[in-house]
Amino acid sequence: MKIAVCVNHVPDTATKVKIGADQKTIDPAGVTYIVNPYDEFAIEEALRIKEKSGYDSEVIAISVGGDQNKETIRKALAMGADKGVLLKDNNTRDSFGIAKALAEEIKALGCEIVFCGKQSVDYDNSIVPQLTAEFLNYSCITVVVSLNIDGNKVTAEREIEGGKEVVETELPVIIGAQKGLNEPRYASLKGIMAAKKKVIEEKPAIPAEPFNEVLKMQLPPAKQPGRILGTDKSAVPELVRLLREEAKVI
Amino acid sequence: MANKILAILEQRENKLKRTAFEAAAFTARLSSELGLEAEAVVIGNNIENISEIGKYGIKKVIHFRNEKLTNYSTSAYTKIVKDYAKEAGTNYLIVSGTSLGRDLAPHIAARLNAGCVMDCTDIQTSSGEVTYTRPVYAGKGLIDVKLKSVIKIIVIRPNIFKPEIKDENGKAEIEVRNVENPDLKNRVTEIKKSEGKLDVAEADIIVSGGRGLKGPENYHLVEELADALGAAVGASRAVVDAGWRDHREQVGQTGKTVSPTLYIACGISGAIQHLAGMSSSKYIVAINKDKEAPIFSIADYGIAGDVFEILPALTEEIKKIKS
Repeated sequence: MKIAVCVNHVPDTATKVKIGADQKTIDPAGVTYIVNPYDEFAIEEALRIKEKSGYDSEVIAISVGGDQNKETIRKALAMGADKGVLLKDNNTRDSFGIAKALAEEIKALGCEIVFCGKQSVDYDNSIVPQLTAEFLNYSCITVVVSLNIDGNKVTAEREIEGGKEVVETELPVIIGAQKGLNEPRYASLKGIMAAKKKVIEEKPAIPAEPFNEVLKMQLPPAKQPGRILGTDKSAVPELVRLLREEAKVI
Repeated sequence: MANKILAILEQRENKLKRTAFEAAAFTARLSSELGLEAEAVVIGNNIENISEIGKYGIKKVIHFRNEKLTNYSTSAYTKIVKDYAKEAGTNYLIVSGTSLGRDLAPHIAARLNAGCVMDCTDIQTSSGEVTYTRPVYAGKGLIDVKLKSVIKIIVIRPNIFKPEIKDENGKAEIEVRNVENPDLKNRVTEIKKSEGKLDVAEADIIVSGGRGLKGPENYHLVEELADALGAAVGASRAVVDAGWRDHREQVGQTGKTVSPTLYIACGISGAIQHLAGMSSSKYIVAINKDKEAPIFSIADYGIAGDVFEILPALTEEIKKIKS
C-alpha cells in the first residue's frame, strides 16, 4: 500500500512579517523556513499506519514548489518517509494550482490514503485537502484529531465548535491533520543520515491557471497601546468601570 | 440567467446559527451592491428559526430536507449545493467560515470550477468588481484578492460582519424540497460535545491564560473569571504544549484566530504567534506581572500586576455588577 503525505515549506511561526518589494508577498530576507506545523502531524500519522501494517507500505512525501521545498521533504524522509517527490514550480501558485498538481501525482502513484496538514500556516486557506480530494474523487475529512482505518473503513473525529464530530467514510481518503492527532516524533540522527540516501524525484508540476489574484499585501493597522491602570488589585474597580462605561463590553 | 447570489446557511441541532444570520445579512448587502437576486439555502430536517431569515433581507429560502441531513455530511451537502447553484444560475455563494463552512466551501468550489476566498474580513465593490481582504500568516498580514473565475465563493470570517436586521417584519418565501437518497459517502455518526463549554471560535468574550499561571492547578482562576463573564476559556500555546489545556482552547498561530469583542489575557506575555491570533479583538485587557511584556503593546487596558491577586478581585467585581 502506498501512503502519500503532502508537505509544505513555510515561514517559521515566529516570523515577523515584512512586506516584500512587490507589495504582494512577504520579504523573505532573514526568514527561517520550516515544515508546515500541521504537516508534521500528517507525516507522523502516515508513519504510524506504515508501522502498524508491519512496514508493508510505502510513505511518499510530496511537495509543490521550488528547490527550497526539498528541505522540508528531507525532513519528512528523516522522520521515516520512504521517498520524496518535488513537483517543481518556482512561481507562487494558488490553492487550485497546488491541488491539481498534487492530485495528478497521487493518481499516478496510486495512493489510497493521503495525509495533509489541515492548513498551511502561510496563507491559512485550509482548502488544498478538499480540492485535491475532489480532483481525485476521494473522500475527505478535515481537521482530524483522531483516526482509525480498518480495512476499507475510515473512522475519524474532527474538531467542530464546542466538540467533535465522528465521521465515517471509506477509502480512498484524504485526511487533513489537526494538532492533537498525535505527537510527532523527532527525526533521529540515524533517520537524518538515512534521509540523505533516500531519493527525491523531481518533475515539473502540471500547469494550472490561477483563480485567485493577489492585488496587494499590507500589514494590519497597528493597534495603539492603551493604558496601564495600576500594578495591583486597587486598579480592578477602574478596569471594570472602563469596560462598562468606555468600552461598553460588559 | 446567471444573476444570483446564494447564502449557504448553517444549522446545528435544527437551529440556524448566529453565523447563518451574518451570512444572510452579508448576502443581502452584496446583492444590492452588485444588483443580484439574493437567495438562501438551508440543509437539515425541521429548522425552528428558519422564518427569521426574512428580517435580514433575504426573500427566498430553499430548505433541503431529510432527517439524515440534520448532521453535516460533506458529500451530501456538497452535492445539494452544487446542483442547486447550477440550477439557479448562481454566480456568488456566501458561506460562513465555521468548521462546517470551511470544510464544505472548497468541495463546492472544485465542482463548480469556482474560485474561493477563505476568511474574508472585508470587501470593496467598485463597478461590479469585488476586492476581498483576508488575513494571512494568522493575521500578521492582510491581502487584497480578486477572483477571476465565473462563479465565486466567499467564505466570511465569523464575528466580523454584523447580522444587521433590514426589516423587523421582513418575510422570506420558504420552499421545502425533500431530498431523496442523499449521498452519505461521508456521514457523521455521532457528535461528542465538550461539556457545555463555549468555544473560543464563537465566543464574544474570551479569557485566556498563559504560563504566568504557573501550573494547571491554578487555571481555575481563569475559568472562574470566564464563568462570571459568560466567556470562553482560551489558552496560549505554551500551556497547551505543556499539557495543561486542550488544544481546542489554543489561541494564535497553530491554534485559533479569534476576533471577540473582549479578550482578557492573563499571565500571557504575548509571543508573536499569540498576538497574531487575537490582536483583531475589539478590546484587549492584559494582566501580567512584567510591564514590558509585548501583550501590553496591543492592550487597551492593562494591569501590570500579579494574576494571583488580580484575577480573584476582578472575578468578585464582575460578580458584583452582574448581580
